[in-house]
Amino acid sequence: MSSTIIDKIWDRHVVKSVTEEVDVLYIDTHYIHEVTSPQAFTGLNDRGVKVFRPKQTIATADHNVPTKDQHKPISNELSKNQMDTLTQNCKDHGIELFGIGHEKNGIVHVIGPENGYTLPGMTIVCGDSHTSTHGAFGAIAFGIGTSQVEHVMSTQCLLLSRPKAMRIEVNGELGIGVTAKDVALYIIAQLGTEGATGHFVEFAGSVFENFSMEERMTVCNMSIEMGARGGLVGIDTTTIDYVKERVEVLSDERIALWKSLNSDADANFDSIIELDGSKISPMITTGTSPDTGIDVTSSVNTSSRNTTKGLQYMGISKDEILMGKKIDYVFIGSCTNSRIEDLRQVARLVKGRQKADHVTVWVVPGSNEVLKQAKAEGLDRIFAEAGFDFREPGCSACLAMNEDKIPSGALCISTSNRNFEGRQGDGARTILASPITAAASAIKGEIIDPRIYLN
Amino acid sequence: MKKIESTGIVLDADNIDTDQIIPAKFLKSTSREGFGEHLFSNWRYLENGEANTDFALYNYPSDAAILISGNNFGCGSSREHAAWAISDYGIRAVISSQFADIFKGNALNNDIIPIVLSTDEITAIMRYVEQHPSAKINIDIDKQSVQIEEEGFSFFQTFQIDQLKKKFIMEDIKDLEYMLSIKEEIAQFELAHIL
Repeated sequence: MSSTIIDKIWDRHVVKSVTEEVDVLYIDTHYIHEVTSPQAFTGLNDRGVKVFRPKQTIATADHNVPTKDQHKPISNELSKNQMDTLTQNCKDHGIELFGIGHEKNGIVHVIGPENGYTLPGMTIVCGDSHTSTHGAFGAIAFGIGTSQVEHVMSTQCLLLSRPKAMRIEVNGELGIGVTAKDVALYIIAQLGTEGATGHFVEFAGSVFENFSMEERMTVCNMSIEMGARGGLVGIDTTTIDYVKERVEVLSDERIALWKSLNSDADANFDSIIELDGSKISPMITTGTSPDTGIDVTSSVNTSSRNTTKGLQYMGISKDEILMGKKIDYVFIGSCTNSRIEDLRQVARLVKGRQKADHVTVWVVPGSNEVLKQAKAEGLDRIFAEAGFDFREPGCSACLAMNEDKIPSGALCISTSNRNFEGRQGDGARTILASPITAAASAIKGEIIDPRIYLN
Repeated sequence: MKKIESTGIVLDADNIDTDQIIPAKFLKSTSREGFGEHLFSNWRYLENGEANTDFALYNYPSDAAILISGNNFGCGSSREHAAWAISDYGIRAVISSQFADIFKGNALNNDIIPIVLSTDEITAIMRYVEQHPSAKINIDIDKQSVQIEEEGFSFFQTFQIDQLKKKFIMEDIKDLEYMLSIKEEIAQFELAHIL
């Protein structure tokens, strides 16, 4: 019988089917962080029980951490309390913690893959909606609420309805200056933020086959922005090569098992969407929802997904062309775009150039590993010469839980994943874009097509 | 819980994300309590901290327990704090034409009933409740129905709910209790599970 990769992985993890719709699903890897885990630990502590499978649980501090002077004590009392609580809980429950300052510290969706904890064929959860990132490995990965975090801590399982499967195929050649982020924003603009609700999505086609693991992670990361429960890419030599560098022993049997999980040629999907990659341009969002993306050169009204309220909040009129619009901040970072390839692309573009005087530019690496690699390659010097502030790892201005907030009314071009009202700080206005579009705009001081700096 | 009888609150917007339901700055707590006062904080309060009396919450009875909203309610972040804030405020059911998956799960785990009706049905309820904020809405979980019987207005529609979740909510069983009861089976599964 022919099946999708989604069904194959799911079925291998069903402990039992409770009803026709609902399964008890076994979870291989559980990532936790300081913001969505404390109440779950309290549940266990109140019941006087320990985490069921602590070796399958990996902890990091990322959402709250300052991205400057991480060696100093944390000044924000509430943030400090959440991090201290995580440290104590991990100690009490025997969970490995990559806390602030640890060489493996960083954003949960960056450190998991880069340290070989995320593997093909796994089920992976975390109390964070961007857990879909790990789907790039051919894994079923999805965000959960804190009650579910407690369920996994207690039983390594979740009670879940069986998913529907969607296939999004993107074929054709991507143009110069068109990155994985643009592909993600383009797909979201086509589907809408609720277009894939109830589904896991398999991303396929030549565009994804040619993508590196980091590029696949960028698109899978934003599956949630199309409403999907998760998104994944099939397991191929790109996947295996990446994993080989991070896992000590990898048998041929294991690789063969992983590859057998790929969707069969005649697998049945609940829906299939085909898109032409050659039609994608560098993208920017216009409103307060991630599905309001447009070609950077076109008019705001080429998106039909804007609301009056959203455009009003953004201070943007529907007939405007945003190229040439003055920006105040540039944020390059987040679990979407803070990996070494992102930073290399940015460095290549800004090398020998300087940011516009009026713009504040933050480059926040996804992990200490990314930070170390960037320094080894001299990217830190290129950023410094360009006037970019290269900081320490964390979620930072993506959700502004730490000190990295965009001021009210300021316009920020950001490589993160959400442009919701107030997401980057009270009253902050966010335009989502790729790292090179953000970097080019930093230099020009206004929204610009990055292709002017390429070739 | 078997029935909810209450007045409603109309929040007529699509794509209400969890950042609006509870902004990230309130997520620094380590408890599940006290989020209700921050529900829809950015819309509900003015910059000086005073109530924005134009906002929906202030224009319906303060004990209203049913929120009626636009399409794709609860999209975005997985933060369960959104469900905690809604529950703490006193809301027991949300009516929308579609819910984001993670929010829906979080809502059910907090005994908030996510009710999907068609856009036309929601529009009809919204227009009536806007004009008649004291109108009583009856939700019967067993019958899976939403009903309004007022002078000159009658509405009845059934909704879908997962049958296991329905049983759990009606009999006050938590997912966790069920899973703890099958821990032996989970341990058995692990023995045969190859990664």
